[in-house]
This record gives sequence, structure tokens and C-alpha cells, in this order.
Amino acid sequence: MSAGTSSFTEFLTSVHPEMLPGHRLPESGAAGHLTPDATTIVALTFPGGVLLAGDRRATQGNVIANRDMEKVFRTDEFSAVAIAGSAGFGIELARLYQVELEHYEKMEGRSLTLEGKANKLAQMVRGNLGLAMQGFVMIPLFVGFDENTAQGRVFSYDAVGGRYEEHRYHSIGSGSVYARGSIKKLYTDDLDETTAIKVALESLYDAADDDSATGGPDLHRKIFPLIDVITEDGHRRIPAEDVARLATEVVEGRAADPDGPTASLS
Amino acid sequence: MSMPFYVAPEQQMKDKADYARKGIARGRSAVVLQYEGGILMVADNMSRTLHKISELYDRIGFAAVGRYPEFENLRLMGVRFADVRGYQYDRRDVSGRQLANIYAQTLGTVFSESLKPWEVEIVVAEVGDTADDDEIYRITFDGSIVDEQGFVAVGGSSDHVGTVLKDRFAADAPLSAALNTATHALARENGEERELEAANLEVAVLERSREHRKFRRIHGRRLTTLIEEGQAAARTASGGGATTEDEANE
Repeated sequence: MSAGTSSFTEFLTSVHPEMLPGHRLPESGAAGHLTPDATTIVALTFPGGVLLAGDRRATQGNVIANRDMEKVFRTDEFSAVAIAGSAGFGIELARLYQVELEHYEKMEGRSLTLEGKANKLAQMVRGNLGLAMQGFVMIPLFVGFDENTAQGRVFSYDAVGGRYEEHRYHSIGSGSVYARGSIKKLYTDDLDETTAIKVALESLYDAADDDSATGGPDLHRKIFPLIDVITEDGHRRIPAEDVARLATEVVEGRAADPDGPTASLS
Repeated sequence: MSMPFYVAPEQQMKDKADYARKGIARGRSAVVLQYEGGILMVADNMSRTLHKISELYDRIGFAAVGRYPEFENLRLMGVRFADVRGYQYDRRDVSGRQLANIYAQTLGTVFSESLKPWEVEIVVAEVGDTADDDEIYRITFDGSIVDEQGFVAVGGSSDHVGTVLKDRFAADAPLSAALNTATHALARENGEERELEAANLEVAVLERSREHRKFRRIHGRRLTTLIEEGQAAARTASGGGATTEDEANE
């Protein structure tokens, strides 16, 4: 290799192109039914940080393909990504993106800026446009802590690689409309971390309540949403027992009041 | 009629080895040693940005001495290899032994096939789940590879530095004590006795208890504090009697 690239994807393209997602596309026609779909993801910022949460269900048509799927991934010390849509390619994209950020950091001796990370992801999503055209649509939701401005930020994408910065909160996936409505009613600008987690859990509950492709907290099997929090101290996955405790509170709250907390009218 | 120039292979190899040794001896050394929490890597390095110590992968660190562009090349090669391996299989399928072998092969080929050998000496260290699983490999300019136990010094007068290390090394020493041992050894390079300050040192650890990526650089205030703690502990250990080093300091 001559004066080499710091991009893992570019390097892989030159030495092992067959390892890239979407390298071999089906001949023609929609083939989106070949891999399960992953659903609702929510992200919300709070003073000093950002949170990313995902339900655990994957569906194939009307069948539940997986009950404890992982859709939320730590990408580096100050960022995380979650995917909705075609699970097979989405997970691969997340893995590749994780290596991409780490690779750059090791090659260059410093991390990309948060903007740089968000733009790189946009390029990678755009690179999979061929896949999207064949029915394998996967959409990431990217969050990170911006060390320059000391705040959490949220970036959403479309299938062609369009990158949009979202303010305060966002949700993607089939249950996202319900989740977003729920967050909208519960969100305030002064949430602390624990309250933000509760808002995320309430919103995922609402998504699961109305969207059959989103899984709610599974108290019997002890399967709860995955929640990553990023602050100036870096990335942290909320321990399963803490999520279990808060999720159980949410479920118990709904037993008394099925529609959950509401916004004040005054 | 001019005679074809003939040099015996033995002579050729010897010349190359001498050349490489001389080149390496011009620079400062680096040491890698176990401590109670993992593996400590210390290099005598004035630059804050041109590193002699780096992360190769989750559990694997790299330390090098000699010509910067040459070992930087090896470092980038190692990062690429490790990242492809980890992406292709699993993160745990990347090992220090693999990387050490690849470096040994590369350096061996360069040494025997090209006119100018690379003037580098490197260490690949992998922190395991327990101290017994730690691996430290030293690879020299000709591709020789040695599996080291506990500690290793590379660089110009690595024999001398290594001897000092051996006297003081304890695999279960706290970080500040291990750092004190390392700087003490590095300060005695070429038979001289210097005082190494935080600004001269590049320090990193492979921290066993850390999640995911074990490599972490130590600099700034944390480094200064660790150096001071180490010196204080060493003074107490030597029974309050000031050592030569301390006298020079006070």
C-alpha cells in the first residue's frame, strides 16, 4: 500500500471487496423479505448528554423472528448507532461503521469530529443505495456527545444517505410515529438521565402498544430494551438490572393507567 | 578488466546487522512490563504527537524504537491486519501472537532481501484475562522473535536497561511503582544517569479491568501524580536513605 487511507471501508474495498455489505446483490427484483426487519429506536438529548434506546423485536412478515435482538451499538467512546429496517445488512453496517471509526482513530492518533463521524455514516448508507432499491432498506440513527460544544446530538438518515440533525429527540422504525408522539408529550428541556431513560421506556411501550412489529418489555422472559447513554464521561450501556427495574415500573404504571403519563393541559 | 565485486553472504548479513544496530542505538529505548493491573508501556519520547507506543487492537499494544517512518509503517500494517481480521471473524480472534508473527515475517524478509535493513525493534504486548495469560513479544530488525516473560526493554542499550529492570521488576507492583521502575531503567541508558520528567515520557497501559478496548494513554496531571507517587514510595522503600537519584533531585 502506498500512502494509505485512514478509512477502513476504503481499505477493505481495495483488498477484500467481497467482505463489504451488499457486495453481491441479487440479480433483480425485491428481496427484502429475505431478512427480518428491526423496528423502533428512540433517541433523546438531555442537558449534558444523549440517550439511544431500542426495542428487541425482529419480525419477518407477521412472524416474530427474534425476541432479543440487538439493534443498538456502541461505535466509539463518544458515539452510538442503532438501526431500523433490514436486520442482516443493518447489523453488518453497524459493525463496519464501528471498525471504521476505530480504524481512523488508530491510524490517525485522534478521533474524527462528531460531524465527521455523522458524515462518514451518511456516505456508508449512500453506498448501500443499491440494496435499498432491492428492498433491503436499513436506516441508522446516530447519536454522540460533541466534545466541542459539550452536548449530545442526534443525527437521522434516509435510505439515500441524506443526513439530518434532529433537535432534542427523534425516533425511527415502524413504531416511531407512536414513540415520537409519546416523547413529544413527556419531553422537557431539563430532563436528568434517569428521567430521560423513563421517557424512552414509556415511548417504547407506546410504540409496542400500537405497532405489532415493536416488542414491549418482556417481563416473563426478562427481555428489556437496550439503552446507551453518552455524556462527557463517554459511552455507557445502562446495566440490564437497572433497565429491568425501570421498565417494570413503567409496566406496573400502565396496569393502573393503560395510556400512561399524560401532558398537562394548563 | 574490472572484477565483479563479491561479498560473502556471512559478511553481508553481518554488515546489515551492524548497520541496523547502529541506527537503533542512536535513539532512546522503550520498556514494556507487567504490573498488577495489566501491562505498562513506557518510552523515552520528547514528541507529543509522534508516538512510539500505540494501540493495535482491543487488548494489544505496540511499542517501537528506531527509525520513525519504518516502525510507523509496521504499526499501520498491524492496525490494518487486526481490523480486517476482527471484522472478518470476531474481535477475540485477533491475537498478539499473530501480529508478532506477521511483523517477524515482514522484518525477516526486509532484512534478507533488501539492501538496507529496517532500523527498528518492536514489542507487541497482549493483556490477558489474568497475569498468566499476558503475552509480550519482542521482534528485532532481522525478524527474530522472542516470547518475553514479565518485562522487556528495546532500543540502543536495551541490555543495560533490561538489567536494571530485572533487578526491580515485580509483576504485582502497583502502577506507580512499575512506572518508577520503568523510568529508573530508562534513565540509566548508555550508562548515564538522567532525570526523566513527564514531558520526556510517553506512557500507556493495557488495563486488564477495562471494558472493550484496554489501551489507554496516561499523560498530563495523572502522569505527574503517578511519577510523584512512585518516587515517594521508592524513597520510603529504600529506608529513608536518599539514593543517588534523589540527591541529584534535591
